[in-house]
Amino acid sequence: MTDVNTLIGKPWRKPPFIKRRWLRWVLLIGAVAYLIAAYMTIDVNWARVYEGLERGKQFVLAFTSPDFSTRSSDIYEGMLESVIMTIAASVVGIVISIPIALGAARNIAPLPVYLICRSIIAISRALQEIIVAILLVAIFGFGPLAGFLTLSFATIGFLSKLLAEDIESMDKVQAEAIKASGAKWTQWINYGVQPQVMPRLIGLSIYRVDINFRESAILGLVGAGGIGATLNTAFDRYEYDTAAAILLIIIVIVMALEYISGVIRARVQ
Amino acid sequence: MPVQDLKGRKVWQRRSGRESLGHWIMWLVGVAVFAYCWQQISASTTWFFVWDAPRIAEDIWTRATPPRWEYITQLGKPIWDTLNIATLGTFFALILAVPVAFLAASNTTPSKLFIRPFALLIIVSTRSINSLIWALLLIAIIGPGVFAGVIAIAIRSIGFCAKLLYEAIEEIDQTQVEAITATGASRWQVMAYGIVPQILPAFAGIAVFRWDINIRESTVLGLVGAGGIGLQLSSSLNVLAWPQVSLILLVILAAVVISEWVSAKVRGAII
Repeated sequence: MTDVNTLIGKPWRKPPFIKRRWLRWVLLIGAVAYLIAAYMTIDVNWARVYEGLERGKQFVLAFTSPDFSTRSSDIYEGMLESVIMTIAASVVGIVISIPIALGAARNIAPLPVYLICRSIIAISRALQEIIVAILLVAIFGFGPLAGFLTLSFATIGFLSKLLAEDIESMDKVQAEAIKASGAKWTQWINYGVQPQVMPRLIGLSIYRVDINFRESAILGLVGAGGIGATLNTAFDRYEYDTAAAILLIIIVIVMALEYISGVIRARVQ
Repeated sequence: MPVQDLKGRKVWQRRSGRESLGHWIMWLVGVAVFAYCWQQISASTTWFFVWDAPRIAEDIWTRATPPRWEYITQLGKPIWDTLNIATLGTFFALILAVPVAFLAASNTTPSKLFIRPFALLIIVSTRSINSLIWALLLIAIIGPGVFAGVIAIAIRSIGFCAKLLYEAIEEIDQTQVEAITATGASRWQVMAYGIVPQILPAFAGIAVFRWDINIRESTVLGLVGAGGIGLQLSSSLNVLAWPQVSLILLVILAAVVISEWVSAKVRGAII
């Protein structure tokens, strides 16, 4: 603390967020310089933007009168395909990620297995869905199979990592008690480990279903099936009312999924 | 405790009869749904291509290696664009997310009945639509380019930042706010001296976290024409220049790893 006598007579000043003065100034000046440099390199065609505002207004207005009927069969098929991809990919992804999570938990797996499983997780997390989808479409051809594989692959990285962390932080005492009763390895996992991580596994799985649905909406842009292709066509044809209808459906489904996952997570935890 | 009587010997069971029946039915329905989904996917797949896939994958691999290293000189500007899209997008998103978060937090919102649901609606709708779709929409409206990418990233990030921020606002220590109020401070002074200092660390953490995610997302925005390195990726893919594609993928991978490292360091320093 500074001496009280030196502070008497001076008004109180708010302490700064960054205490070191030079660092504060370097960060501030650096940020301003960066913003200027960034602004200079982005050439915005303001005339084009101004023209576009009219279309933007039309799009916003389209949300007040979305057109569900004209392309209803396309929307229905696209949505169904998205949902199917989501469900199938979530199931397969979860089933595969459980053994990988067990392998990636240091308190269960030996070091070589641990390293292999961790590197699988790292690869799956570093590659984005859409890039994986492009490669898989090139390999497996157009259609929902590529999307299904992409989502399964992405699910593995997400779920295994979080589940492995949960397994690593589990209560050792319970697991040891099961082991002391002479249980086999599978029994040990089934009765010592699984009950402890089950609530988290259910919560994460439902959360991942939610994410998979959102991602499935864009996979169609690169030809991997789902509602994205329909949406893309609607934008290309400037059919904003159809596009608005699709977006509204996506938003409603995501909200519903979020609500359901909230209820289920509250029940299991 | 559910116990089964097996020829006079009592055997412990995990579930009672009714419970295990319920579980069994749940599994049956689950398996049936999955089987139906798989059948649908299978029906719309050309299996001939799938059986051919290992050969195609090998073919692509031989074409893509080694990467065309000298192409990297042309990637400088796209990388700079990508960085700008992510950073400016995060910047604008934070500016817009702060008022939304204050309107959505139940302890600072002016009206719980009218304004809070509206703010929550903004959060949900911006969060549930992917940035690629926002980019697609903005390109139709304001034309292709980096600017569309910045706006797309900004809109997409509002919901995420505002959600985390309003949760932080709802968790603040109310006694400090009361202390400021007791000095006779106005509504804005309470905000500036009672609430903001408490949420500032959370705010900085959210900003860096979202920036990291945005770097990831902005690398692929170019696929739909919104600028950045994705633009090079899509044009290389269109002309089947696989050595360039593999180089671009390596650059994207490096960008993602670096941004993750930076964000982890900065968050470690703040919290």
